Amino acid sequence: MKNTDRRSFLKIAGSSLGIGVLYSAYPAARAGGEVGAMFASLGKESGEAVTPFSFVQLSDAHVGFNGPPDPLGTKAFERAVEMINALPQRPDLVLFTGDLTHDTEDRNVHVERMKQFQEISKRIQVPMIRHVAGEHDAGLDGGALYREFFGESYYSFDHRGVHFVGLDNVSRAKPEVGTEQLAWLKKDLARFSKSAPIVVFTHRPLFDLRPDWEWFTSDGGDVMNVLSGYDNVTVLYGHIHRDDEHQTGNVRHYAARSLIFGFPDPTGVSGPRKPMPFDKEHPFKNLGIRTVKFNGKVRPGSLPLSIEDVELTAREFQGINGVQQLLRNPKV
Amino acid sequence: MRSRVTRLVVMSLALVGCVALRGQRLARAEDIPVVEITAKRFAFSPDKITLKKGQTVKLRLHSEDVTHGFFVRPLKLDEEIPAGGTTEVTITPQTAGTFMTICDHFCGANHGNMNMTIVVE
Repeated sequence: MKNTDRRSFLKIAGSSLGIGVLYSAYPAARAGGEVGAMFASLGKESGEAVTPFSFVQLSDAHVGFNGPPDPLGTKAFERAVEMINALPQRPDLVLFTGDLTHDTEDRNVHVERMKQFQEISKRIQVPMIRHVAGEHDAGLDGGALYREFFGESYYSFDHRGVHFVGLDNVSRAKPEVGTEQLAWLKKDLARFSKSAPIVVFTHRPLFDLRPDWEWFTSDGGDVMNVLSGYDNVTVLYGHIHRDDEHQTGNVRHYAARSLIFGFPDPTGVSGPRKPMPFDKEHPFKNLGIRTVKFNGKVRPGSLPLSIEDVELTAREFQGINGVQQLLRNPKV
Repeated sequence: MRSRVTRLVVMSLALVGCVALRGQRLARAEDIPVVEITAKRFAFSPDKITLKKGQTVKLRLHSEDVTHGFFVRPLKLDEEIPAGGTTEVTITPQTAGTFMTICDHFCGANHGNMNMTIVVE
């Protein structure tokens, strides 16, 4: 089947909400015939039929961080929760790609930050929330506290015919996955055929985005070698506090914005990375809320923003672009 | 008798040669400039060094607190400096340029700002 043919009946949308990214996979025409055959085929690959669903990626809340460049603390995270709950179609799943909390050497304080993260995230009205750690969650203690709160730092699960893999490239303190996890990944994917839809979510980029800003994973190439055996792989990550898209072979990589402060486009910037400055007039600028309108009314104890002021910027993909790569090469 | 003397002379010359060669090697090792760099959360000291292209130098990296990394991809350096310990690495930079070096072993809240500059000219 030609890609153009698939485009005509598949519509897989990735909408940038600012707060993160909403991904959805659904057939544009809910008809039988070819569509039904393709989804049935995908179902055989993962043991479960692929059925329409959507999910949201959130990243880098850094709960506990206060001070320049962003004095707002958890405001953007809480705002994101409100926005998810206001979505017209409830997502099945929220994936959080690391740096849930900001690190501290005081274990008790870090425990409180983990609890605060959980307190806010449990307000999200979705059936399932899954996490991976960032270096600020797990870099100082090898991930011990993170595992107490959130379980294993790398794992996989199936949801509606899509295989999700959470990878840990932070717990070893250096930006790496390690041989043990690589062996696990190979074993985990071994049951799938080449066309199975796979979503990998992790914290750091698995390719060399900007090594001198620590935007890389030293053995990311080994991970990509494992993933290169599969046609329909999407990698979601955080860490870089900005959105980004990148292609390596068959694999498409997407970064989500942060919920605390943004970093600039590294292209053409020499020297150390510097956070984007805080803008009092547009407090969520660069945080992921792509379009913010200031209403000019400042109320004590609240942000000068209202839900209506935030527009969802749609970034819809069709055909072979974007997350529809999940279904790019189905066997029909 | 004559062959014994000859053997003794040869052995002595060989011994002298070995000592001389070893001395030369030691002298060469001692000739390598050493650059001391200290890592302490969340900075390297000095924060900038200048090396000469093609000249071999030894970097002596010392941590005054926790474990740090010393990473600069263009110079093929990816070292670990153990907590309170020292790591030595010898390099001969072949490419001129200005290279940012980072700590790539997470060391705390301000880890992301721990960097220094290596200039090769």
